[in-house]
Amino acid sequence: MTHPPYLSPGYRSTILRAPARPPVAFRSDPDAIELTGPVFGHDEVGSLDSDLTRQHAGEPLGERISVTGRILDSAGRPVRGTLVELWQANAAGRYAHERDQHPAPLDPNFTGAGRCLTDEDGRYRFVTIKPGAYPWRNHHNAWRPAHLHFSVFGRAFTERLVTQMYFPGDPLMPFDPILQSIPDEPARQRLVSAFSMELTEPEWSLGYSFDIVLGRTPMEPS
Amino acid sequence: MNLTPSQDGAFMKLTPSQTVGPFFSHALPYPHDWELVPPGHAGAIMLTGLVLDGAGEPVPDALLELWLGRTGDRGALVRGDGEVSGFGRCATAPDGSFRFRTVRPEGAYLSLQVFARGLLRSLLTRVYLEDRPDPLLDGLEPERRGTLIATGSGDRYRFDVRLQGDGETVFLDF
Repeated sequence: MTHPPYLSPGYRSTILRAPARPPVAFRSDPDAIELTGPVFGHDEVGSLDSDLTRQHAGEPLGERISVTGRILDSAGRPVRGTLVELWQANAAGRYAHERDQHPAPLDPNFTGAGRCLTDEDGRYRFVTIKPGAYPWRNHHNAWRPAHLHFSVFGRAFTERLVTQMYFPGDPLMPFDPILQSIPDEPARQRLVSAFSMELTEPEWSLGYSFDIVLGRTPMEPS
Repeated sequence: MNLTPSQDGAFMKLTPSQTVGPFFSHALPYPHDWELVPPGHAGAIMLTGLVLDGAGEPVPDALLELWLGRTGDRGALVRGDGEVSGFGRCATAPDGSFRFRTVRPEGAYLSLQVFARGLLRSLLTRVYLEDRPDPLLDGLEPERRGTLIATGSGDRYRFDVRLQGDGETVFLDF
């Protein structure tokens, strides 16, 4: 099974929010509007929106990285021109969010939000800084591994995916109930980016690759 | 991990879902995101409601997305004066409430997707503005049918999302 079950008691917030009833399978209607989805254009996504290090007067603190990969459908075809949104904590592990009370510094030069559209190969690319790990109150001494949040639209509302990308070798991953909510180890590994020397730019930034494969749209043969 | 599409287009391993978490409001909401149509637009309706958890408590950190289902409709992240979109987004308020100004769908229903802390995968449901014969509604247990039908009439409709427990909203698996 690829996706985590809704009820994963190790992640406490699921206990009162996971539906008790299984979702109702619905496969019979080729006209279902969920088989379509919104499209976004280059006129609404600025060229600087994908560089999270250039959104303020100065540069953010932290380890500069680039993250790139392809958005693919379940048949391996590129999903072109689709909107990818990214958000994250700063290098100290603090979100630019009023309800994040972690006593780590905010960075006036880092908001931690970006967008881009995939190109003809389905490729996206962001420049940012590596986020820090941070504590949360799920259980005693709970810490989230460093992660980037991704939101991807795909071609249909049924393909819509929000997920998180992790960094290879992070020692917090085995202790994280959110990542560990995914039952299968191979599926968990698909959320761990790959460090790439090829994508690493000399004297400038470390490179990571992370591909995303969206769910099958229901009218397609599997 | 780096995946390469197979030459024969064979089924690929899907990327697992993870929660949107509590801290998205500096990233995902955008100005006028809940307004699919501008104020005063002909035929505009207001769709409002609450997102509630299994204890009946409001969910103050959910994100809802509404889709009218018109193929090719723009998402319109930058909404100028009079801009019309087939897509809207609304983060719930501290009291768990949400709102959309939209037009009626061409068909029977609107598609609503729910994200929240504690939801490891988004939930997809439908908002029907009136009860009517429908392949999905007619296949449901009768006592659950009403969870997909908004109350109200004219230009004001109400639709609550109950994530769990009594009156739990029907969610769809495609």
